[in-house]
Amino acid sequence: MIPGPFDYHRPASVGDAIKLLADLGDEARPLAGGHSLLPMMKLRLATPAHLVDLHGIAGLKGICRDGDRIAIGAMTTQAELLASAEIGQALPILHETALLIADPQVRYRGTLGGNVANGDPGNDMPALMLALDAAYRLEGPNGAREVAAREFYQGAYFTALEPGEILTGVSIPVPPAGHGYAYEKLKRKVGDYATAAAGVVLTMAGGKVASCVISLTNLHETPLLATDAANAVIGTTLDDAVLKAAANAARAIMQPASDARGPAEYRVHVGGIMVMRALQRAASRAK
Amino acid sequence: MPKTHVTMKVNGSEVEGLAEPRTLLVHFLREQAQLTGTHIGCETSHCGACTIDIDGMSVKSCTMLAVQANGCEITTIEGMANADGTLSPLQEGFRMMHGLQCGFCTPGMILRAHRLLKENPSPTEAEIRAGISGNICRCTGYQNIVKAIQYAAAKINGVEFQEAAE
Repeated sequence: MIPGPFDYHRPASVGDAIKLLADLGDEARPLAGGHSLLPMMKLRLATPAHLVDLHGIAGLKGICRDGDRIAIGAMTTQAELLASAEIGQALPILHETALLIADPQVRYRGTLGGNVANGDPGNDMPALMLALDAAYRLEGPNGAREVAAREFYQGAYFTALEPGEILTGVSIPVPPAGHGYAYEKLKRKVGDYATAAAGVVLTMAGGKVASCVISLTNLHETPLLATDAANAVIGTTLDDAVLKAAANAARAIMQPASDARGPAEYRVHVGGIMVMRALQRAASRAK
Repeated sequence: MPKTHVTMKVNGSEVEGLAEPRTLLVHFLREQAQLTGTHIGCETSHCGACTIDIDGMSVKSCTMLAVQANGCEITTIEGMANADGTLSPLQEGFRMMHGLQCGFCTPGMILRAHRLLKENPSPTEAEIRAGISGNICRCTGYQNIVKAIQYAAAKINGVEFQEAAE
C-alpha cells in the first residue's frame, strides 16, 4: 500500500512551517511521528496534497524543567519520554502511560505532540493531560497562544486548533511530591488502542484521599475528566463502597462507541473497573 | 510527482537514488538499494517484518518515507553478519535455537533484537518479550525466538548460555 501523491516540505523553523501551512491551506497537513497519518494515507483515508514534516525543526524536541512545570517539545518521542530521568522522577504517570502506547518501534517515532494534537479518542496521552491539567502551546499565523488541555478537545478529531496552527509544546505542572498515580488500560493486545482506560492522580493525608483527579480514555468521543467520580473519593479511605460509587459516577458520563473492542455496554462496564483499579493502585503508591 | 534525490548510508555503504515523496522507505530499500531482506508483511505498522535500524532506533520501514531517511544511517539484515562473513551472535542464536520456521519475520526480529541488546545487554525474559512485542511471528515460534536472543546476549557478554528448563 502506497499513499497517494503529495508534495513533501521539510521546514527548519516553526515560523517556516506556519508560513507553509498558511500558504498551502486546507490541502496541507503537518507530519509529526507519522504513525497515525501515514497509515491513514496508505489506506487512502487521508489524501493531503502537501505534507509539512516537522522533523527538521530542532527546537520542537526536548524536556525541560521550568520551576514547578515541565515543558516538553511537541516532537519529543514516546521513547524519549521513557528514557528521561526527569519524567521518571517528576511525572511517573507519563512514563507508565508511554510504555502502554503501541510497541517499541512505534514509540521511537510516535511523538507526544502528535498524540495529543490529533484528537483521536483512542490516544492515551490526552486523558493524561486532562488529569495533569497540562497546557498546550499553539502557534499559527496570528501568533502563539496557550490553551488548557481541558479546553482543547471538542469532538473526535475536532480540537481547538485553528486552521494553520500547530501544537508546538506541552507544559505540565509537576504534581506534589508523594502523589499517587496510575494509568489502567485494558487492551486486546500489544499495540491496540484502549477498550477502556482510566488515569488517576491523587494525594493522601492521614489515610484519606486529600485530592483526586480521574480521567478516561476511549470512553467518549473526547477524553473525559470524571469530576463526580473524583469528588466521590475525596475525604474517604477508598473502601469498597466508595470505589463502587466512584466507578458508577464515572460510568454515568461514558458514551463509548460499540466497535470491534466490544459493545458499548461492555466498554462502560470495564471502564468502571479501570477506574477502581487505578484508584487502588494510585492510593497504594501515595506517600 | 517530481522525484527527490535521496542519499543514505545503508550497512556502511552510500546508497543514493530518486524517490517520489510517497515512496516508503521499505520500498526504497528493496527496489532501489536491492536489499530485499527487509520484508513487507502487514503494511499497516503492526507486524514488524519491515523493522530496520535507523540512527539508533528500531523503526518499521513501511511507516516512514524514503525522503525522511535522507542523510540517515541504516542497518538491515544484510548488514548483520560479522565483517568476515561469519554469523553474528544474533544470527547464530536464531540458527542454534531454531528461532525461525518460515523465516518471514526473522529479519525484523533480528534487527529489533539488535537494538534491544544495544540498549539492554542483559535483558530478562520478560524484557525480551516486551522488547519484541512489536514483531509478530505467525509460526508462533516465540519460545525459540526468546531463546535465540538469550543465546546472543550470553555470547556477546562472553558467558555460557544456560538454556532454561522447560
